[in-house]
Amino acid sequence: MSTVATTQIKLTPERSRPTVRARLQDALPKIVLAPSFAITIVFVYGFILWTIYLSFTNSKTFPSYVITGSRAYQRLWGWTFDTDPPSSWYTSITNMGIFGFLYILICLALGLFLAILLDQKIRGEGVLRPIYLYPMALSFIVTGVAWKWFLDPGLGLEQTLHQWGWTSFHFDWIKNKDFVIYTVVIAGVWQASGFIMAMFLAGLRGIDGEIMKAAQIDGATTFQLYRRIVIPLLRPIFLSAFIVLAHLAIKSYDLVVALTSGGPGGSAWLPSNFMYEYTFKRNEMAVGSASAVIMLMTIVAIIVPYLYSELREKPR
Amino acid sequence: MSAIATPARQTASRQNSGGLSTKTINRIVIYGLLALFALFYLMPLFVMLVTSFKTMDEIQNGNMLALPKAPTFDPWLKAWGETCVGLTCAGIKGYFWNSIKMVVPAVLISTMLGALNGYVLTKWRFRGATLVFGLMLFACFIPFQSVLLPMATILGSLGRFGVSLQNSVGTSFGLGNPTVNLVFVHVVYGIGFTTLFFRNYYEAFPNELIKAAQVDGASFFQIFRRIMLPNSMPIFVVTVIYQFTNIWNDFLFASAYAGTGDAMPMTVALNNVVNTSTGVVEYNVNMAAAMIAALPTLIVYVVAGRYFVRGLMAGAVKG
Repeated sequence: MSTVATTQIKLTPERSRPTVRARLQDALPKIVLAPSFAITIVFVYGFILWTIYLSFTNSKTFPSYVITGSRAYQRLWGWTFDTDPPSSWYTSITNMGIFGFLYILICLALGLFLAILLDQKIRGEGVLRPIYLYPMALSFIVTGVAWKWFLDPGLGLEQTLHQWGWTSFHFDWIKNKDFVIYTVVIAGVWQASGFIMAMFLAGLRGIDGEIMKAAQIDGATTFQLYRRIVIPLLRPIFLSAFIVLAHLAIKSYDLVVALTSGGPGGSAWLPSNFMYEYTFKRNEMAVGSASAVIMLMTIVAIIVPYLYSELREKPR
Repeated sequence: MSAIATPARQTASRQNSGGLSTKTINRIVIYGLLALFALFYLMPLFVMLVTSFKTMDEIQNGNMLALPKAPTFDPWLKAWGETCVGLTCAGIKGYFWNSIKMVVPAVLISTMLGALNGYVLTKWRFRGATLVFGLMLFACFIPFQSVLLPMATILGSLGRFGVSLQNSVGTSFGLGNPTVNLVFVHVVYGIGFTTLFFRNYYEAFPNELIKAAQVDGASFFQIFRRIMLPNSMPIFVVTVIYQFTNIWNDFLFASAYAGTGDAMPMTVALNNVVNTSTGVVEYNVNMAAAMIAALPTLIVYVVAGRYFVRGLMAGAVKG
């Protein structure tokens, strides 16, 4: 569209001979965009290929460029809970499953619930909304430090309830290797659910009031109204929120570090922690790269169809 | 459906005439739940804040939720100027400035590039523009673990090159400086988002204005400076806030490329303070340090919350 406009301009003053200057003017937009695009190609896509390459080598402490086949992947998947020591990778992906499932589910449920409550013409909404949302402005490290303190059995919640007289109360998940991942869920939900609430609230405000009124006149109860009409209308928000949360969950790294320092014996690791430890601390670069590739593939499987449909939907 | 629903409504209206109507009860339940959740969200911040004003004595013997009996500002001073990060005991102030020195250039450069890219991608469309944008957009979503190691390798060789430059020419041109490295990394992996923000904003900007300016002979940069920029204030605020929050809060890149030494950003330093195992753990100092790390983004949130939310939304809902 605008390309047409450019050619027209070029034609008027310099019809006889397109000077270097004019040609430069014409190419200027592309020249301006080129550095960013080149950076993206090299530092994102080039680096991804590099990581994939490394995952097929025998790199240990330093990158090696001798292809040794899929040894790293075999190590990753052939190493199970039964081997000694038990597999950190299986722990990481099991944790990812637990964390990802609960984190996404609870954030969606809580976010929708709070949005519906806030949408009931609440006085003081302007005060409540920022309170629900502020954790999103904090660093995962700060969130981790705060919750580490709050959940510490000797200092935090347990101690407080003991002082209030409920001495049988016992809550040591943060020190328990089987439950430590659930504390990551708690802190993660605390941080992100307010934002999901804001997304749903924006969706609810966008629903045509006439539809709601019509349903009410038909005699639908509030519950029916939400279940049959409002929630189906919010489907696009569910999708966006799911994408945001899945993406946050797979990238979660800082929270595990700050909240649990990896948990007892690495029991709170997620794949991101596994990758970091193996690449930079345990001198197993090939295995670390293989785990990074698997993380990338998971994201690709979720994001690419979404981006494709988003960019497709609005042809111009 | 309506047949079932009608009696319920009749009961509701019948109860209305009585003392406490269903409606009032509903309102009480709703406000109660909302208040309960407000407590849930506020609790950790509250605990962090009160703990940072308590003495160690009060922390060990008192209640976590109690207000400080004798509020003291000492933990804050100690966190700022004296506490140990690893082996150096000079407080977190140096690391706070490290973060500032990293965030300001990274935010400005990535935002400016994003504005230009958005301008080109919407107002100077060329064949393949959507593909270019798609490729840049996808870059926002990759797990950074998949580029972490190659980037470390490149930064390492640039650092060695910087040292040899230093020896031969006398200056390394910033090569190998961890802060410069982090600025570079954050710009590289931030332009996807900034481009997205500006592209979506400029998409709605009337093309007629651009065309009119072109007919008047305005050049590419003149149009950008005179027409686009003056009308981009809101999206600049959104982008700057988004980038500021993200880069300030980053931990992965910071720990991978500046994880040790004097160049650590705030988040890494905070993690080190909290996990320093030598001596008595000073919880009040830890909490004060966490508050100091959280304050810049919290202040931005309080001052410009509307724009903060808009940025998050724009990052989530594309189009």
